[in-house]
Amino acid sequence: MSEDANIIEKPSRDDIVSLVKAEFGGKVEFIESTKKNIKAINEGRRLFMKADREVLHDLAKYLHDKLNFEQASSVAGVDWVDHMQVVYHLTNYCTSMVVEITVDIPNDDLHIASVSDIWEGANWHERETYELFGIVFDGHPKLERLLTPKSYEFFPFRKSYKLRGQE
Amino acid sequence: MAEEKMNSDKMWVTMGPQHPFSHGLWTLRVEVDGEIITDAEPEVGYLHRGWEKECENRTYNKIIPMADRLCYSASMTWSHLFCKVAEEALDIEVPERAQYLRVVADEICRIQSHLMWLAAVGTDVGNLTIFLWALREREFMLDLNVRLCGQRLTTNYPRIGGVRNDMPYYFERDCMRAIERFEKSLWDIIRLTDDSSIFVGRMKGIGYITRKDVANYGITGPAMRGCGVDYDIRRDDPYDAYGEMEFEVPVLKEGDAYSRYMVRIEEMFQSCEIIRQAMKKLESIPKNAPYRLKVPKCIPEGTHMARIEDPRGEGLMYLVSDGTESPYRLKVRSPVFVNVSASKHMVQGVRIADIPAIMAMIDMCLGETDR
Repeated sequence: MSEDANIIEKPSRDDIVSLVKAEFGGKVEFIESTKKNIKAINEGRRLFMKADREVLHDLAKYLHDKLNFEQASSVAGVDWVDHMQVVYHLTNYCTSMVVEITVDIPNDDLHIASVSDIWEGANWHERETYELFGIVFDGHPKLERLLTPKSYEFFPFRKSYKLRGQE
Repeated sequence: MAEEKMNSDKMWVTMGPQHPFSHGLWTLRVEVDGEIITDAEPEVGYLHRGWEKECENRTYNKIIPMADRLCYSASMTWSHLFCKVAEEALDIEVPERAQYLRVVADEICRIQSHLMWLAAVGTDVGNLTIFLWALREREFMLDLNVRLCGQRLTTNYPRIGGVRNDMPYYFERDCMRAIERFEKSLWDIIRLTDDSSIFVGRMKGIGYITRKDVANYGITGPAMRGCGVDYDIRRDDPYDAYGEMEFEVPVLKEGDAYSRYMVRIEEMFQSCEIIRQAMKKLESIPKNAPYRLKVPKCIPEGTHMARIEDPRGEGLMYLVSDGTESPYRLKVRSPVFVNVSASKHMVQGVRIADIPAIMAMIDMCLGETDR
């Protein structure tokens, strides 16, 4: 917990929606889940957002500093062939709320701001996403290959990299 | 610059990949000034086999036994997690009987995983008797696994929409006997560990992490609860039948290696409690109630996320499905992968001899780290 007096320790779902809307306007879009039978969604412990690439770092900082999202659970890359996507899962320990943020990145400019200065825990997830998808996280302290050999010059999790039997 | 490096007293020591403390293939490179560690750099990836990419080539049913292989000692939770995310995609809740059976299987798995860890800790900090005692108790838990699922380690028990089979005859009796026996012998082990000044002395007061840092580094599971974060996905974000279980989440505020050890020991007692409650509940559910739903082979298009409390921390899977019978993308968030990235901060300022005791509290499992 931060010493910051402005922090909202237990923001409700509605709080997050209204505060983020007021701060970022149309740059962040909220997506309603269509699922009916999932306990965690029915009880309001999930929130799905789609953010612009430019505001991602500010949004992450706002969620961390003001809304008490202390932990970055995961950072995942998805190759949609016509564009790439980075998906963040952030957790609030007080309310068990998990926020999912998806950010689209065009194929010809695979850059996004790193959030590892906000959450140290995102560090290795970003390195992994970089080496497997080739997405560059600007401002990352050590963007090197982690799981695959350093001599690799390709990105194995892209859809253009075919497995045996897929060719 | 080069001269400066030459004249410095510091040197880099590579510990691993074949080192008794590492419990698998990974390397911890440490910079030492005499005996004191000034910097460290963990290196993983020796076991990287492209698990996530492999899944894109397989049908959903074929992934369940593969998920078992993510971590051999916590196989149940990983296949459970994969089934959870597939069920979330299909928008179904499994039948009540299957929910309780999964809870029982999960907790048996948690106990045996913690015992495997305890055995490893015993050898790491110089008490070989603990190794033998813990593995002996673990055999009884593995026997329960054999009775319920037919396998000792990679159980392949959960299915999308339920579990593979109901309890066999007299499983309830065997399970209660094993649990009761285990609780008694766990006290014996505690007497062996806590009365041993070597064991306690090597763990107390080293590897401190503060409450704020532990959240920031993304450390989860018993390592996090040993540093004062009161959070357990089983209680706070309940899945399956965990919402109806009453149990305590052990939390200690000290934040050193010893408190992380104590949290795991206490968790084993709580697991016994959960099994007892789940078994009682299973009695009241009719024996012929369904334990498995029939589910379609193809999963509708969309993105789905599920998470679970693994014995080592928070397991999370993110699934992108495209309406075919195999996933478009499956991302696994492994707790150890993140915990080990924070080892850099844990070993700062301690001596080389303290590294095994600190690293043992991560409970390394390379299968899920490298995927």
